[in-house]
Amino acid sequence: MSTQQYTIVGTRPIRHDGVDKVTGRAQYGADLQMAGTLYGHVLRSPHAHARIKRIDTSKAEKFPGVKAVVTAADFPETPERMVDLGEGDTPLSYARGNVLAGKKALYKGHAVAAVAAINAHVAEEAAGLIEVDYEVLPAVLTAPDAMQERASILHEDLKTNEFGEQTSRVSNVSQHFRHTMGDIAAGFAEADVVVEREFNTATVHQGYIEPHNATALWNNDGRILVWCSTQGAFVVRDVTACLLDVPVSRVKVTPMEIGGGFGGKIPVYIEPVAALLSKKTGKPVKIVMSRKDVFEGTGPTPGSYIKVKIGARKDGRITAAQAYLAYEAGAYPGAMVGPGAMCVFAAYDIANVMIDGFDVVVNKPSTAAYRAPGATNAAFAAETVVDEIAEKLGIDPIDFRLKNAAKEGTRRADGPKYRRIGCVEVLEAMKNHPHYKAPLGGPNRGRGVGIGFWFNIGLPSSCTISVNGDGTVNLVEGSTDIGGTRTSIAMQAAEVLGIPAENVRPTVVDTDSIGFTAVTGGSRTTFATGWAAYEAAQDVVRQMKERAAKLWETDAASVTLERGVFSAGDKSMTFAELAAKIDATGGPIVGRGAVNPKGAGGSFSGNIVDVEVDPETGKVTILRFTAVQDVGTAIHPSYVEGQMQGGSAQGIGWALNEEYYMSSDGTMMNSSLLDYRMPTALDLPMIDTVIVEVPNPGHPFGVRGVGEANIIPPPGAIANAIYHATGVRMQRLPMNPPAIMEAIWSQRD
Amino acid sequence: MAIVFIPALLRSLTGGKASVQAEGTTVRQVVENLEHAWPGIRERLMEQDRLLPNISVAVDGEVSPMGLLETVGPASEVHFVTAIKGGV
Amino acid sequence: MPGKVRVQTVINGEQAEFLCEPRQSLLECLRDVVGLTGTKEGCNDGNCGACTVMLDDRVVTSCLVLGVEAEGARITTIEGIAKGNELHPLQRSFLENAALQCGICTPGFIVAAKALLDHEPNPTEDQIRLWLANNLCRCTGYDKIIHAVQQAAAVAREVAA
Repeated sequence: MSTQQYTIVGTRPIRHDGVDKVTGRAQYGADLQMAGTLYGHVLRSPHAHARIKRIDTSKAEKFPGVKAVVTAADFPETPERMVDLGEGDTPLSYARGNVLAGKKALYKGHAVAAVAAINAHVAEEAAGLIEVDYEVLPAVLTAPDAMQERASILHEDLKTNEFGEQTSRVSNVSQHFRHTMGDIAAGFAEADVVVEREFNTATVHQGYIEPHNATALWNNDGRILVWCSTQGAFVVRDVTACLLDVPVSRVKVTPMEIGGGFGGKIPVYIEPVAALLSKKTGKPVKIVMSRKDVFEGTGPTPGSYIKVKIGARKDGRITAAQAYLAYEAGAYPGAMVGPGAMCVFAAYDIANVMIDGFDVVVNKPSTAAYRAPGATNAAFAAETVVDEIAEKLGIDPIDFRLKNAAKEGTRRADGPKYRRIGCVEVLEAMKNHPHYKAPLGGPNRGRGVGIGFWFNIGLPSSCTISVNGDGTVNLVEGSTDIGGTRTSIAMQAAEVLGIPAENVRPTVVDTDSIGFTAVTGGSRTTFATGWAAYEAAQDVVRQMKERAAKLWETDAASVTLERGVFSAGDKSMTFAELAAKIDATGGPIVGRGAVNPKGAGGSFSGNIVDVEVDPETGKVTILRFTAVQDVGTAIHPSYVEGQMQGGSAQGIGWALNEEYYMSSDGTMMNSSLLDYRMPTALDLPMIDTVIVEVPNPGHPFGVRGVGEANIIPPPGAIANAIYHATGVRMQRLPMNPPAIMEAIWSQRD
Repeated sequence: MAIVFIPALLRSLTGGKASVQAEGTTVRQVVENLEHAWPGIRERLMEQDRLLPNISVAVDGEVSPMGLLETVGPASEVHFVTAIKGGV
Repeated sequence: MPGKVRVQTVINGEQAEFLCEPRQSLLECLRDVVGLTGTKEGCNDGNCGACTVMLDDRVVTSCLVLGVEAEGARITTIEGIAKGNELHPLQRSFLENAALQCGICTPGFIVAAKALLDHEPNPTEDQIRLWLANNLCRCTGYDKIIHAVQQAAAVAREVAA
């Protein structure tokens, strides 16, 4: 697989936290038990859009067992200002507003107040006694509706920003941007075939099995201690400090083990609320969200309205591509339409492109990132239009993509040129896979392909490594381990040091104990925190060489390290032997690494999927699924495969069943795991994975992030497969049985 | 001289040009020099001492965390892109 | 406030006793009263399987069982799967096959899978998928979990043979 000769990288050691996770010992946030803990319950708005005239908490406060009640009035008095919480600037009132509603409730489920009591049952009962006077307002629930001239306005102070220019137009469109390249009109004029389609995708949720949870203690020394389920302890620290108007040094966040995140556990919801309750009560306060609260009160990914138009010549070359992306941000601005615009045509080398993106607020929960946020919606649209054009031209769908594939030097419409990327390699791996030529073996069956791209990010990470006398090392880092990264990070250090991965003992620590480390997300953890570990390990090696030099009375420059053995001339020692001598040669050895790396390499991911569609019910069965992805270098192939399979499963659920089924008044009708239908073991076949390795020249081990790109192609590939099975082109997500039957019937008419 | 790619919605300020050349060894210098040639463009890219919050800069294809402080080489490409909002 | 009930039961082979309100689920009792936090809450309405335990010979979602129903019953939780210091073959197999990523669903899967292998030592892939259909995993796509169960079954058959 890998062209480089590594000793540790590319192997499959047992993950360091594995034993605790298979025995139930691992401590997730809800497992934390501290003496005197009170339990918090959040009261949420029953209305999708309403002015909050008055909140009367007196009955709740008097309820036996209740210790405190808080509302937005309990935030400290802070003048309005713009705050940068790592997401670009946002008004402080918006940031606070989603945690505890201010003047308006902007979605059903919006947090309005919270109660702390002796147990969760009492807290919930008491919350029911809080009286809120709402003035119900009309709600808007889709981007096109919210963009209408006379649409009900969510924020009276929100004016559309047209690429750096703040217009004076109050509307629900927070931002409009445009990318152009070449001459779009000329490009379409040159085309022999033009296909234009419009698409609607429903809101979907990340669906992590562990609900949000947090325990906060506002200690007697003024320090706010938080234990929570989060993808970014430093984000929780910074946001909590900002919202509560205290210096960040006053907040210490300990990330507990996390039961899934996928982007949805980056925003902060309950930590500041628990902290306010703790301040009032002097006790630790624990809040654990119910599943319903997770659906209604956290951040799903945007639903969207998308138009894609692509033109191509007879010879198969795409001459022009245009996209209109209107994404629902939910209650507050910040839909990930920017990344959607970056990724929509990212797999293709096209000279003439125009992409318009709109960030639109609607009366739904404020959206959060979901694994390659924004790209899956866009790829669903683009990949089905590409499929349609290929068919009209009589060209094989993979060959069509190869004819137009992005390569090193290809320029994207949002500006940058690609460095070394693996789009062609992924397409060729798909084409050469036995799945692509296997017979379908039955009626009502079809095969579809699709490809997607995610740019992956860098961002800061820190790491320290200290050497133990027995030749093991302790590795300290601050990246929440969602999928085995403490091991992939440890393996990179082990590779540098020349010791087994088991001899590196990784720990994920709190915000007091390690330098700033950005979120576990963006496919950055193995890349950036791994790089910090690499640097820390190099620092250890430098110091170890100096100790060897001392022992051998030579200079450090003549000491080499090869596969865990230090040598100079005819003298040599293993890492462990030298480690036993560090006390005698000068004392502890601690290596450090802190990075904010550029050089993140994008990842292409492709699918081949076979489906069978029941013509009477519209049920789609996935018969066979192959996921191909360029990961740069697979540090731990088992966990790389796991990412590919997990993202594929989520993409399949997104394609076929998952959606926020909204009533006309903005209620999510299916806010349970029964009716929000995620794939079960019975819904999926084995998911074959092909790891393509086009090493990223920007990383010491060639790593490209793997976590995200794999969720992007499934909906498009499945839609294409459904077309080839039934003759209908689906233009909405999810492609559930009623939607498919409707499409089949309307085609018959 | 660096080549600066002008976002579509700002091209009215550069006489319709999609890319222009500008001197500068940092992004900040490049923006200041752009302002000399094309007045009005600075306030669409910067406020006070930093890039506008919804704008990032990519130099030679890499979005730079250093923004205005990022080094620009004699033949660099500079793109202003919509900042990635929210966690990814 | 309702009065508490004394429940006497056997948990993981040991006599156990706890006090609970009638409205508390077995899941809540295990986690908050007895302190066995290995069993997880994902949805509290029986739809995710994270709270799977054995109640006598039945695989149940403990969020849908009342604490008082444990009276006189034998309960097995994830904490009772390993034998002292020795991991169960399923636990070893999950580790070797990388059948977990975040691990939150893993206790439920292991309890459910053990129940399957206890009564069907040679299950087909379809049987495994059907048996585990009420255990949701959002991270793995189930592929490696199925392989882990198959491997553990094969190992157990070899040992028995």
